[in-house]
Amino acid sequence: MSRAITFLTRTRGSFDRAERFGISDFLAYAYLIFGVLIILVPVLWTVMSSIKPQRALDNFDTRVLPYAQVQQEVPGRGLRDVFIHTAPDGTETEVVRAGPARAVSDVAPLDDPAAVFQAPREELRPAEDMRVAVENYLDPILQRNGQENFAFWRYLWNSVFVTVAATVITLVINAMAAFALAKYQFRGRLTFTLLIVATLLIPSSIILVSLFFVVWTFGMFGSLWGVIIPAAATPTGVFLLRQYMLTIPDELLEAARMDAASEWRIFWRIVMPLSLPALSVLAILSVIWRWNDFLWPLIVLISDPRQHTLQIGLTQFSGEFDTNLHYVLAMTVVSLIPITLVFVWLQRFITTGIATTGLK
Amino acid sequence: MTETAPALELRQIRKSFGAVDVIHGVDLSIREGEFVVFVGPSGCGKSTLLRLIAGLDDPTSGDIVIKGKRVNAIPAAERGLSMVFQSYALYPHMSVRQNLSFGLENLRMERAEIDRRVDAAAKLLQIDHLMARRPGQLSGGQRQRVAIGRAIVREPVVFLFDEPLSNLDAELRLQMRVEISQLHDQLGNTMIYVTHDQVEAMTMADRIVVLRGGRIEQVGAPLDLYNHPANRFVAGFIGAPQMNFLKGALDGRTLRLDSGMVRDVPVAQAGSLPVTLGVRPEAIGVSLDGHGDVQVVVKNFEQLGSVTYIYTAFPNGETLTVQLPRQIPLTRGQTIGVTFDAASFHLFGGEGDRALPMNR
Repeated sequence: MSRAITFLTRTRGSFDRAERFGISDFLAYAYLIFGVLIILVPVLWTVMSSIKPQRALDNFDTRVLPYAQVQQEVPGRGLRDVFIHTAPDGTETEVVRAGPARAVSDVAPLDDPAAVFQAPREELRPAEDMRVAVENYLDPILQRNGQENFAFWRYLWNSVFVTVAATVITLVINAMAAFALAKYQFRGRLTFTLLIVATLLIPSSIILVSLFFVVWTFGMFGSLWGVIIPAAATPTGVFLLRQYMLTIPDELLEAARMDAASEWRIFWRIVMPLSLPALSVLAILSVIWRWNDFLWPLIVLISDPRQHTLQIGLTQFSGEFDTNLHYVLAMTVVSLIPITLVFVWLQRFITTGIATTGLK
Repeated sequence: MTETAPALELRQIRKSFGAVDVIHGVDLSIREGEFVVFVGPSGCGKSTLLRLIAGLDDPTSGDIVIKGKRVNAIPAAERGLSMVFQSYALYPHMSVRQNLSFGLENLRMERAEIDRRVDAAAKLLQIDHLMARRPGQLSGGQRQRVAIGRAIVREPVVFLFDEPLSNLDAELRLQMRVEISQLHDQLGNTMIYVTHDQVEAMTMADRIVVLRGGRIEQVGAPLDLYNHPANRFVAGFIGAPQMNFLKGALDGRTLRLDSGMVRDVPVAQAGSLPVTLGVRPEAIGVSLDGHGDVQVVVKNFEQLGSVTYIYTAFPNGETLTVQLPRQIPLTRGQTIGVTFDAASFHLFGGEGDRALPMNR
């Protein structure tokens, strides 16, 4: 704890002789806090909104905490919203509306529903309590309360499978391409590199139709592999890994060659472990890309609901006439959890990878 | 394969990188168990030659023969050589033990045999207490030992060293020089050692190969090279401080130097041609009272206690370095007399400044 405080209150200068809080510290902290807020506020807003009851969301209640108007079963009138009536003399009574909402409407006290009286709008305010709406999460996950069509565990499995398979394939084949482009001398090496990088200039939406035909022709339409395979070769990944592998000294590979290592073994035992920091970065990127991917999976998997990923599954909550925002928000939060865990786990390797480089 | 076959033979080796010729037809034969040092100024092709022997590069033409077998087409790993690189090229992500055993694992050797060899090498090099560490946690000298250990465990026909001591500080370099020499005595393997430092060459080699511009200038035992340099380049390269060179002309058997001195010299064959006189700094005597063969002005001097270096100049601007094995009182600008012994003269003349034969 004290280490965290020390860390968070550091100022300019060396760590053992920190200076007093100055203008540059102020600017640095202001900038950093601004960045943190930009990233954190939408996420926190989503999390806080996801535990609000449906009615609060439908009313665009912008308060941070999950308030909801109390409802109560009133004999002869059914489930009604409860209001608090403040009489001019200051006495408060819990009431429900006995007629339509007007400037001055008929209300009935909860204690005595028959004693209907008139109250102006200014004297009524909703009776609210704070409640975490766990049903936002539990209904879709447990497939109850009308959410039987939302096959959460299947979607989750599909998403995980697509993400893991695509990331593993991406890492392996991109690393192979990068190794060849970084460490082998052949005619057209630079041309190939530039060609690969140049494909970054083409937006994915332009190749959507032709890619669809390719996937269709190979019989991968409607299958998860139709999402995994086209996404495996990424120009970003090849370029990132190639640039990193250029920094691995050639002498290391020559030493391995003298040590009777095959090229395949050099790749697996020397180049891959030493590229771990870059591989971690690419893994994080790939996981985020594949997990959040929506348009391409929608095109390939639309025909078979059992193949839907979590992101496609979320569209079920948005109908033609109404949107179940509380379920959308709750499931969005759930879909954030795995990706956050992956990031926390992988960012370790980025730092340790740099620390273990033994060459000067 | 006969007992008398040399460990390594180079026959008319040539190497060009594009249009640039780096090695111009090198012939060399190295005996079993010999310690051969390739020495020369930077860019002389000594490292290239070593890489050709190692199999990391292919010669443009010529044959490389190891133990009577032509190995041009055999990959580096199968030539039975091992190499110590200038940067050590230790695998930074592996422990010392893994570094040592990696090459043996690649040969699919039995685990027990690997352990036996690795432990033996570690004991020999006194790195057995470091086996669990990573290269990044070792000092420069320890890394050097590990790099040598990695070469030893493969029990190679020939050891190749590529400037292995150039990254060490002066004291450690001295120590490792001794240790590598001892290692050669213990193991008895053939070793080829590349360096630009003529002191390393003189102290370690059985035979020195002096290279310049991709050609062999002279091959011989250290003292042969020192006492009988084949040409002016070798004479200047071997020995510290450098041999003095004085311009002059040979007239019959009389040497007339540009600085004015005239001496009869014992050349084997009288002739009339412009020559350069080479005389070692320690072969010159000093007379403080101005007597002697010729008078020079003291420009600078270094008193090391056991040795005194005097840097002097002739009136015509030619410089002369004198090394005295004792202490003498000197001041800058002082005129002193120097004496020469014609028996210690080297004369260089004709094409390539070759040494003229002398009657000794």
